[in-house]
Amino acid sequence: MPEGYKPSGRVVVTGIGAITPLGSGIDKFWPRLIAGEGAVDRITHLDPTPFTTQIAAEVRDFNAEDWLEKKDARKVDRFIAFAVGAATMALQDSGLQPTEDQKEEIGVLMGSGIGGLTFLGEQHRRQIESGPGRVSPFLVPFMIPDMASGYVSIVHGLKGPNTCVVTACSTGANSIGDAYHIIKRGDAVAMVAGGTEAPINEIGMAGFCAARAMSTRNDDPARASRPFDAERDGFVIAEGAASVILEDLDFAQARGAKIYGEIVGYGMSGDAFHMTQPDPNGDGAYRSMRMALRTAGLTPSDIQYINAHGTSTAYNDRLETLAIKRAFGEEAARQVLVSSTKSAIGHTLGAAGAIEAVICLLAMQHQMAPPTINYEVPDPDCDLDYVPNQARPVVIQHALSNSFGFGGHNVSLILRRWTES
Amino acid sequence: MSDILNRVVKVTVEQLSVKPEEVTESSSFIDDLGADSLDVVELVMAFEEEFGVEIPDDDVANLKTVGDAVQYIGARSGAPA
Repeated sequence: MPEGYKPSGRVVVTGIGAITPLGSGIDKFWPRLIAGEGAVDRITHLDPTPFTTQIAAEVRDFNAEDWLEKKDARKVDRFIAFAVGAATMALQDSGLQPTEDQKEEIGVLMGSGIGGLTFLGEQHRRQIESGPGRVSPFLVPFMIPDMASGYVSIVHGLKGPNTCVVTACSTGANSIGDAYHIIKRGDAVAMVAGGTEAPINEIGMAGFCAARAMSTRNDDPARASRPFDAERDGFVIAEGAASVILEDLDFAQARGAKIYGEIVGYGMSGDAFHMTQPDPNGDGAYRSMRMALRTAGLTPSDIQYINAHGTSTAYNDRLETLAIKRAFGEEAARQVLVSSTKSAIGHTLGAAGAIEAVICLLAMQHQMAPPTINYEVPDPDCDLDYVPNQARPVVIQHALSNSFGFGGHNVSLILRRWTES
Repeated sequence: MSDILNRVVKVTVEQLSVKPEEVTESSSFIDDLGADSLDVVELVMAFEEEFGVEIPDDDVANLKTVGDAVQYIGARSGAPA
């Protein structure tokens, strides 16, 4: 950064890119999300017959050759191709065309919860079948989760801070939050931030099936992801990526950028309880929401919409509801609209927090809360307004997005609607 | 064109996603066909599989062009280049 640079201390979102099972690009997925459509179906990326779970939400309209040179498109792991697609989409949307000097002040933080598991699985099979001499020299670079950030920086020549967050299902939210801090403290004027994940492969499915965390509603995929519903039986795995362009407010305004919204709060906590189960009192989630409110300088009644982590597991949805009630107080908790868009998109793991931050921005732009679909049977432990089955027009000034990950990581982001003033 | 040359060109086209007409005997994998050092390792592995030969790492440095690969494989596999 130039000597004497002083950040404005405010960070805004100026570009959005999203690759989701409901469609790639916000003009494709947002109308379907608001229409209450879902993307869960029988798995086609592999033969699902041997697996206890045979359903997922797959991205089916993505072509890596649209975003990468042919040689690279054919080789890279899918999570890298997704990252480049989402980041390029977001950069195009932002209209940001940095000079060579500015490129040193723009960084990348595209996290992934797992990394190149598809490539790792294929190469491990090669090693067993043909010996170590047949393993691809690309195994290591395509497997490591930080290659999403690395690859995006190479494609776009961005030479500012380049790093990676790996916090399981809170990766996407942590990546946006950490990028927000990098700009806020003056280490970059802009960041390409978000998350990417491509876990629908043999070894990934085997691992998540063994963990007994996924829905086995194989005969009725469309209704399998049912957050907060009494008959929920686990999450539905999904794939995708989302990226946002974050900029220092002064930098964005100086170039006349269009602004979607502002990041105003970022809370984080650790459960310190169990590798995969949430704290039984929702304590970590409670503290992460409280930290987000404190850092934003807001009170619970300032928040009109919560995009819940809402995985459709028995534990998460009950304890997240409890945590929201504790963090907001009974009265504000009953006022705020809470929806889980994982009901439609499934759980994209390390991409989820980024996709859901994008959904919060669009919800504020359109003043429309997206629904929790498949909400049919009330659960006495889940008694908030989950925006069941139908999107709802509503004034949203501030939205909060929750993401929680294996390891006991909890993240809450607060975003503010942008109004020219 | 010899059988070995045809097969080296075929493997090169597949591995490096280049057009067949771009690949001649004098084409350098790195300077003309856009390969980086990792691409070369993978390309050599593909030659090993295609021709059933072992190419030690010490020899890879000498395989700079398509023609180098054709000659080397011809000598190693005993078939006429």
